[in-house]
Amino acid sequence: MTPVLETRGLCKSFGALTVADNIQFRLDAGARHALIGPNGAGKTTFVNMLTGRLVPSSGRVLLGGEDITRLGQAARVKRGIGRTFQINTLFRNMSVLDNVALGVAERHGTSGRLWRPARIYERVRKEAHDLLVMLGLEDDAGGRVGDLPYGKQRLVEIAIALGLQPRVLLLDEPAAGVPSSELERILRVLDALPKDIAILIIDHDMDLVFRFAQRITVLVQGGVLVEGTPAEIAGNRRVHEVYLGEQRHA
Amino acid sequence: MEAFLSSLVSIAFHGVAYGMILYVISVGLSVTMGLMGFVNLAHGVFAMAGGYILTAGLSRFGLPFPVALTLAFFLVAAGSIVLERLLYSRLYSAHELEQVLFTIGLIFIAVAVAQILFGNLQQPVVLPDYVKGQFPLLGRDFPAYRVFLIAFSTVMIAALWFGVERTRWGAMVRAAVDNRAMAQSIGINTRRLFTLTFALGSGLAGLGGALGAEIIAIQPTYPFEHLVYFLIVVSIGGLGSLRGPFIAALLIGITDTACKYWVPHFGAFFIYVATIGLLLWRPAGLFGRRV
Amino acid sequence: MQAVGYGADPRIRWTEWLPWLAAVAVFFLLPEYLPLGARILVFILFALSLDLILGYAGVITLGHSAFFGLGAYVAGILAAKFGITDPLLLLAAAALAAGVLGITTGAVILRTHGLTQLMLTLAIAAVCFEIANKATPITGGADGLSGIKIDPIFGAFRFDMFGRTAYVYCLITLFCGWWLVRRIIYSPFGATLTGIRENEVRMHAIGVPVYLRLVIAYTVSAMIAGVAGALLTQTNQFVGLNVLGFEPSGELLVMLILGGVGRLYGAFVGPLVYMIAQDQLAKQFPEYWYLGIGLILVAVVMFARGGILGILDGLIARFRRPQ
Repeated sequence: MTPVLETRGLCKSFGALTVADNIQFRLDAGARHALIGPNGAGKTTFVNMLTGRLVPSSGRVLLGGEDITRLGQAARVKRGIGRTFQINTLFRNMSVLDNVALGVAERHGTSGRLWRPARIYERVRKEAHDLLVMLGLEDDAGGRVGDLPYGKQRLVEIAIALGLQPRVLLLDEPAAGVPSSELERILRVLDALPKDIAILIIDHDMDLVFRFAQRITVLVQGGVLVEGTPAEIAGNRRVHEVYLGEQRHA
Repeated sequence: MEAFLSSLVSIAFHGVAYGMILYVISVGLSVTMGLMGFVNLAHGVFAMAGGYILTAGLSRFGLPFPVALTLAFFLVAAGSIVLERLLYSRLYSAHELEQVLFTIGLIFIAVAVAQILFGNLQQPVVLPDYVKGQFPLLGRDFPAYRVFLIAFSTVMIAALWFGVERTRWGAMVRAAVDNRAMAQSIGINTRRLFTLTFALGSGLAGLGGALGAEIIAIQPTYPFEHLVYFLIVVSIGGLGSLRGPFIAALLIGITDTACKYWVPHFGAFFIYVATIGLLLWRPAGLFGRRV
Repeated sequence: MQAVGYGADPRIRWTEWLPWLAAVAVFFLLPEYLPLGARILVFILFALSLDLILGYAGVITLGHSAFFGLGAYVAGILAAKFGITDPLLLLAAAALAAGVLGITTGAVILRTHGLTQLMLTLAIAAVCFEIANKATPITGGADGLSGIKIDPIFGAFRFDMFGRTAYVYCLITLFCGWWLVRRIIYSPFGATLTGIRENEVRMHAIGVPVYLRLVIAYTVSAMIAGVAGALLTQTNQFVGLNVLGFEPSGELLVMLILGGVGRLYGAFVGPLVYMIAQDQLAKQFPEYWYLGIGLILVAVVMFARGGILGILDGLIARFRRPQ
């Protein structure tokens, strides 16, 4: 079965500094996969290479079997890669609805229209609204994103990515910075994400990772240390060594 | 042929003198833009202030030349510290547009104040006798003041480069230009560093404006007229770099002098077009780090 | 919050008709101010063009005078040197020329960011200034082109010496320009412009062709600025170097900031207030005028970032909710 997302020998160096070392990775349809590793392991760099924000020094990225290594961000989004950012990257002064609608409209192909007012595009508005309902944000639809509590802003991040109807969803520390009172909400949203999307979560929070993931990849100093099921990873001695002093959950 | 070579030498000489003045004025802009990420379009105001201090000091107060030069440096540096603490520092994290607007506002204020205090005409530069006249160099006569300019600027530039390479302050500047957050996390007091560096850069600008008062005339519209050239030096040289703007300034000085001599009808046209071309080829400047 | 996007009501509110009513009232009640009024209308159009690219798309440019000046000179040269004197044809030619300059320079500079981009806008404007300054046979050099005769509009409305025709001409052209900009702002395209301004990284991550959208916006903005320039030439029957260079760009920026950036009507309020004040005050005390403008600019940046409209908004908000 062709993996929905795959990297072969992905490498990235900045001069003498290697941040990605021959990464072999695959994600199947409907996967629930997590990427963990100590700080500076190169997780975000890896994600940036998947989305096209960073060009690898060598290696290939394949989406549904198609080589997308040379493609830019916008092209990859069109082919079905969506992502959220570790730090909220939202349109702070725009409404929650607009934040999601922008992506939806782009997918519909109507976002470049100059003539008729945006409000007329009912399908875009309805779809954006439905997404907000799914994430429990419909009451905030008209409000300014910058005014929302941090946890809800994280949810808007996810809503925007979902609006792209991605085949692959890359969630960069979805719960980062969220106060514990709002954490459960996010976890429930993650559980309820559509089953046909392949999801890769990058995170430090072991509770979240073990709750969510079916497979885990451990990245250390730019290279894959080991990959396996949560039980295998939990019992792996080398992983324990790497996390010595950092672990919160054995 | 003899005449052509002679004019080449003359152009090179005057071009280098002009270029060095441009550098002394603009280097502060490059460092503070690279260090603080602040778009300071009003940098020319400091150069103009230095020029006015010199010319007023010489003609109205009869100060000795070295004293007037020193005053130009220190008064402008001191004034810039006040401005930085009171106004500039509040805008370090502001949007670029606001920084641009703020500095344009400063230019307007400075231009108006200069007009009110000194009138619209160019300031006469009353140089002391020992820098006037001709200076024989390698079998030719050159204007003594220009020779002095080149020599003095060379010393200042060497001192600056040495200071940045060898002193603790210089190391901190280089670290902070490279990675501000990192520098803060290892305990560098960036606020004080900014103020100190800003003062140094502005003082140098004042000094450059004073030294170059003969080449770049001191009049109220100074900051507007020469803004483009200072920005060109910095953007072609590369933000935060020391060597880059030096090369850029020399290139501009020589090219501008050559154009004025051989194709005066084209004015600064060639330089602007060349700037556009260079920036398109190398958006971060010849020696810059990032865009 | 911005008045654009998918939730914004695009219908014209009654308050939006007030400026036009006021303009018509001026025509009947203040006939001796029509020449100044026409000038203000031209600069409102120019400010609208800048607001589109700066206020909505977030591209900082100090060289918008290049398009304004090009439009002004195209109109002037075609009329004075080539005998093309139909006013609407001149507007079209100016728009076309400015559009060509806009798309070529925009394609190039919108690939850059930060100081480099700012520098390029300045450099391009400087090049235009130099060309106009030196190409004396065509542009009149430092003296400019004077005595430009323009045909009556539609063959019927002569440009009279009281400036009545000019005023109405400018008003109608401004109306068309305003209507166009307003449509764009409320459209999905306008929403993407705001998105680009708010968070360009995010826009890339949702698949928007940012560069293309910016080039389109830049070109439209250039064309409108060109039309404004041509209007100025036609109403003054003169074009000179003062339409190019840093000064008109800088002054326009001040006008727009004063009125309020990214609010559509800031482009109305700013030039109105600035030019009336300039007309009354600057003649007597030119140095103090620039001093005042500089101080106001610094004050606006420090304390009143939304300009006059921002202050009004704040007052209205406090009025509605006494706390």
